[in-house]
Amino acid sequence: MMAGMTAPHPSRTAGQKNDTTLGHIVYVLKDNPVTMLAFAMLAFFMGCALFGPLLVPYDPLATNAARALEAPSWDHWFGTDNLGRDVFSRVVIATRLDLTISVAAVALSFVIGSILGSITGYWGGWLDAVLNRLLDTIMAFPLFVLAMGVVAALGNTIENIIYATAIINIPFYARLVRAEVNIRRNAGFAQAAKLAGNSDLRVLAVHIFPNALPPMMVQVSLNLGWAILNAAGLSFIGLGVRPPTPEWGIMVAEGANFIVSGEWWMAVFPGLWLMLAVFTFNLLGDGLRDIVDPRKRT
Amino acid sequence: MSPRSKMILGRVAQAIPVVMGVVVISFLLTRALPGDPAAYFAGPAADEASIAEIREALGLDKSLFQQFFFYVGDLVRGDLGTSLTTGQTVTSDLAARLPASLELTLVALLLSCAIAIPLGVLAATRPGTWVDHLCRVLVTAGVSMPTFFTGIALIYVFYYIAGLAPSPLGRLDFIYLSPQHVTGFYLIDAALAGDLETWIAALKQLILPATTLALFTLAPIARMTRAAMLSALSADFIRTARAAGLGSRKILYGYAFRNALLPVVTTLGMVFSFTLGANVLVEKVFAWPGIGSYAVEALVVSDYAAVQGFVLAMALLFVVLNLIIDIAYALIDPRIGLK
Amino acid sequence: MNDNSRRNFLKLTGGTVGAAMLPFLKVLPAQAQSSGTLVVVSGQTINSLDLHRTGTNRASYQVAVNCYDRLVSFGTKEAPGGGLSYDYSVIEPELAESWTISDDGLTMTFQIKSDATFWDGRKVTAADVKWSFDRAVSAGGFPTVQMRAGGLERPDQFEAVDEETFVITLDRPSKLTLPDLAVPVPFIINSEVAMANATEDDPWAMEYLHTTPAGSGAFKVARWEQGQQLVYERNDAWVGGPLPSMERVIVREVPSPATRRALLERGDVQMSFNIPNRDAAELSDMAGIDVYSTPIENCIHCLCPNFAFEPFQDANVRRALAYAIPYEAIFQTAAYGRGVPMWGGEDEITDVAWPRPSPFATNLERARELMAASNYASGFEVPLSISLGLADWMEPTALLMQEAFAEIGIITEIERIPGANWRTAALVEKSLPLHLENFGGWLNTPDYYFFWAYKEGHLFNSSNYRNEEIEQLVDDTLHMAMDNPAYAPNVMRMFEIAFEDLPRIPLWQPALNVAMNGADGYEFWFHRQLDVRPLSTTST
Repeated sequence: MMAGMTAPHPSRTAGQKNDTTLGHIVYVLKDNPVTMLAFAMLAFFMGCALFGPLLVPYDPLATNAARALEAPSWDHWFGTDNLGRDVFSRVVIATRLDLTISVAAVALSFVIGSILGSITGYWGGWLDAVLNRLLDTIMAFPLFVLAMGVVAALGNTIENIIYATAIINIPFYARLVRAEVNIRRNAGFAQAAKLAGNSDLRVLAVHIFPNALPPMMVQVSLNLGWAILNAAGLSFIGLGVRPPTPEWGIMVAEGANFIVSGEWWMAVFPGLWLMLAVFTFNLLGDGLRDIVDPRKRT
Repeated sequence: MSPRSKMILGRVAQAIPVVMGVVVISFLLTRALPGDPAAYFAGPAADEASIAEIREALGLDKSLFQQFFFYVGDLVRGDLGTSLTTGQTVTSDLAARLPASLELTLVALLLSCAIAIPLGVLAATRPGTWVDHLCRVLVTAGVSMPTFFTGIALIYVFYYIAGLAPSPLGRLDFIYLSPQHVTGFYLIDAALAGDLETWIAALKQLILPATTLALFTLAPIARMTRAAMLSALSADFIRTARAAGLGSRKILYGYAFRNALLPVVTTLGMVFSFTLGANVLVEKVFAWPGIGSYAVEALVVSDYAAVQGFVLAMALLFVVLNLIIDIAYALIDPRIGLK
Repeated sequence: MNDNSRRNFLKLTGGTVGAAMLPFLKVLPAQAQSSGTLVVVSGQTINSLDLHRTGTNRASYQVAVNCYDRLVSFGTKEAPGGGLSYDYSVIEPELAESWTISDDGLTMTFQIKSDATFWDGRKVTAADVKWSFDRAVSAGGFPTVQMRAGGLERPDQFEAVDEETFVITLDRPSKLTLPDLAVPVPFIINSEVAMANATEDDPWAMEYLHTTPAGSGAFKVARWEQGQQLVYERNDAWVGGPLPSMERVIVREVPSPATRRALLERGDVQMSFNIPNRDAAELSDMAGIDVYSTPIENCIHCLCPNFAFEPFQDANVRRALAYAIPYEAIFQTAAYGRGVPMWGGEDEITDVAWPRPSPFATNLERARELMAASNYASGFEVPLSISLGLADWMEPTALLMQEAFAEIGIITEIERIPGANWRTAALVEKSLPLHLENFGGWLNTPDYYFFWAYKEGHLFNSSNYRNEEIEQLVDDTLHMAMDNPAYAPNVMRMFEIAFEDLPRIPLWQPALNVAMNGADGYEFWFHRQLDVRPLSTTST
């Protein structure tokens, strides 16, 4: 979707008030309260991920059979689960794991996608054709099922969830970078850099690739949210992290069995938390897009 | 040969390696799944000898290369094999389950369009205002909800608490029998049979899962509508129309919207194939007898034939859909083509 | 929402069901007397109508029970915990009128009921029995293994002497042969119909019988939609037992336990088969709903330390595990108190009752002492494996064990293994160092349990246990009659060794839970599948 977008360097499209990148960001944030909110929520989730273990009232793994399945109360804000574990503590602690999975997965697909996209976009030829067909093939799979298959085949570990999520994201980055590089490989500044005696690799890495970064940052932010959903979905069908590790998807899946008998809190709180985290990244993606190129805001 | 039909042929030729790639990857992926289907299906008290017998019967004692050779041979003859879990041929399983998934996805997309397109138009006519922001927050909230969670929450609220929705029991409450099979789409089949009661019952079953999926698909459609409308509204011909003094209503719907429709339809195609894949979780939550829940079950027990059949069917659908979109695009818009 | 208000709500909505039944009547006219129909929901899926076929799953065994007859069946008794149960000690006629066993125990002669007919009206003959038995021992896989357990191994052991006389010749006398004829496997097929549909590649008509049963049983299959429902229709000419009171029984597959529970509570269905322990515990308090939790005979949930893993070769470590387990908390959390505790038993063994509680109970002090006395005083790390397919009881059990074992220095990581891999890893390769296991024997004798679970190399001995004395005892006792004077001492010696060596640490005997709302007559069977024949509705 982003492929056709030509994104000049932010500073060149900066607002009228201030001619610096920072100024532009401040301008966009002021103009757009929603993006401001997204940044605030991001700070909140980062806080949970970094300091969560210091803040939570209970050990997220400690069971207490005597206080199992208690409704939310002053003691247990989000209630307790079927083993008497504190749902609030588990939800907060899980933030770090879920964010780690999504950040690692997106970083991996960013790096691999960038390399593949740059190479094919710059040199083209049969390499380009082969890679394009390969990416088409991956895209032709139902992506979530592909991720399921990869995790089922490699085993239920956090690393494998990250790999699976990264694999299904690679085509998006590769496509994006390929398009950006392809447009610029014969541009004047690239030709000039080459004539100045720079090697192809250097021209590609230093002069051409950085131009693809702004649209990619938008993609990264949107993908982070999607990666969280993906990991949670895998956990939901039993292909996620191992118990007793707290993870939002598993908690929703387990809690779902208790909804009929009225113990709604086991599923609802982790579900809401998960939703808020994804919501944050999605809003952030939109906000970043504004910063990158206000005219393209959708 | 005209350049246009040449282009269409070229597009079809491009799809062939993709389908071949899908066949190879799905074969390798299933063989990499852990566990021994022979041991699993030999039953509770089977011994080594009986497991070996089953392995032989399934052809799993052959080398990987031979297995692939047989698999492709069967594929060419249109034989997808037999699912061990359901005991039926994969072809008949897919034929029975694909309409269920398609019906759910289509109803969800219709619902989604009915909400997202007006929202997108609304946002595009008032860019930067609170209406715009609100639309954005709403659709973003929708796409941020994990479908399995939305589904469970909807069931809880509308079935258990409010009692408004029927029990989440699949396509029809068990007291009804499925309408006579014509298309496999219950809404269409029931309508053809003139059975209003069954039609309503089938629709009722569809509401919650379709809503769940629709919420998830609002965002891309609304965003694309908004963007397409914005660019259409800023186009020269709209300025001309405005200058010529045409009414704003006429400009909005008569010219801008019509021109914005093409990119929206393209997005719809992508959203459709994406949603069909995302069905997996929704089908599980609502006990929907579609191909998504089928794939999950098959994957967990390493049911090779079923997983391969599912992946192949989905990939073919995806390829065909894209082909149709591309070709339609080329036919509609003479500026695109020859690339 | 509290329980009370929900129940009121369910009652209210239940009122609309009558009207909603109408479309069903439209399509199935035979159902006009709705009192003749019973609806059962189950979470399991039936994947074949032929038990002998390769790949037929457990849930499908019910078709063999309800649609086919065997020569003999088991009697009926009151079940512990209410309701009825099959009675292992009583063998009753089904298709056989009578039978005699020669003095040496090697020849069994069956007289077939002269009025027994298949659904197509043809008389059931000894040739049908022979064909069906030949099929069971030749099909391979589970049916053949189960036949072998009763000493039935080759077609030449079966002979149709005349139309109504069938003879089995055994290689050695065994107490297991007659009961093995009453399990679902040796069911009797209409061989003429089957052979008419057999092909050269498929001499046993596996493809045909897979979707089209041909038997003489109490019910025929009126309709089978895989993954959705199976509709049984009564065979009015049945002579295998008392004619069922239900004309039609619908078994509907509903994967979500929550939905099954709601359907039953609302009275939309009359019976929910094999419900989770938690639902059983909660539903049993509700008015109008009957819950039967029958302890499954000859079945124990165990923790298995694998002898292939070095620390578990140390008897002190195994005993430390047995003392560290928080039995009561596990039984309440994972089983919701449904079943029979298998811990805290007496030290001295004075009878042959089985399953029996082990002499161990939670005692962390004792566990720490044992660990200190072992060669692994500083502890060790080990994965604790559970099956994803059995996560409902295995996961809470494993979590509570993980916590307790950490107290005595054994650090565990819980490993969830998908269903397809579980059997391979746990039972076939026996490669899981520490895992949960739940073998249950169909034939209800302790020596049969030991044969499968304690003999080296046998499938359910997932601990790689070997003890010379056990090997000898099981071989001596397996086919020995239960009134043989050596039987009781042998079995009691097995118990002693089992609790001394602890290759399997018993946790509890699980229960099969069934809830009914407006139905009656449920009978528990060792095969843990639904026998719909004795069911009836209660008028409400």
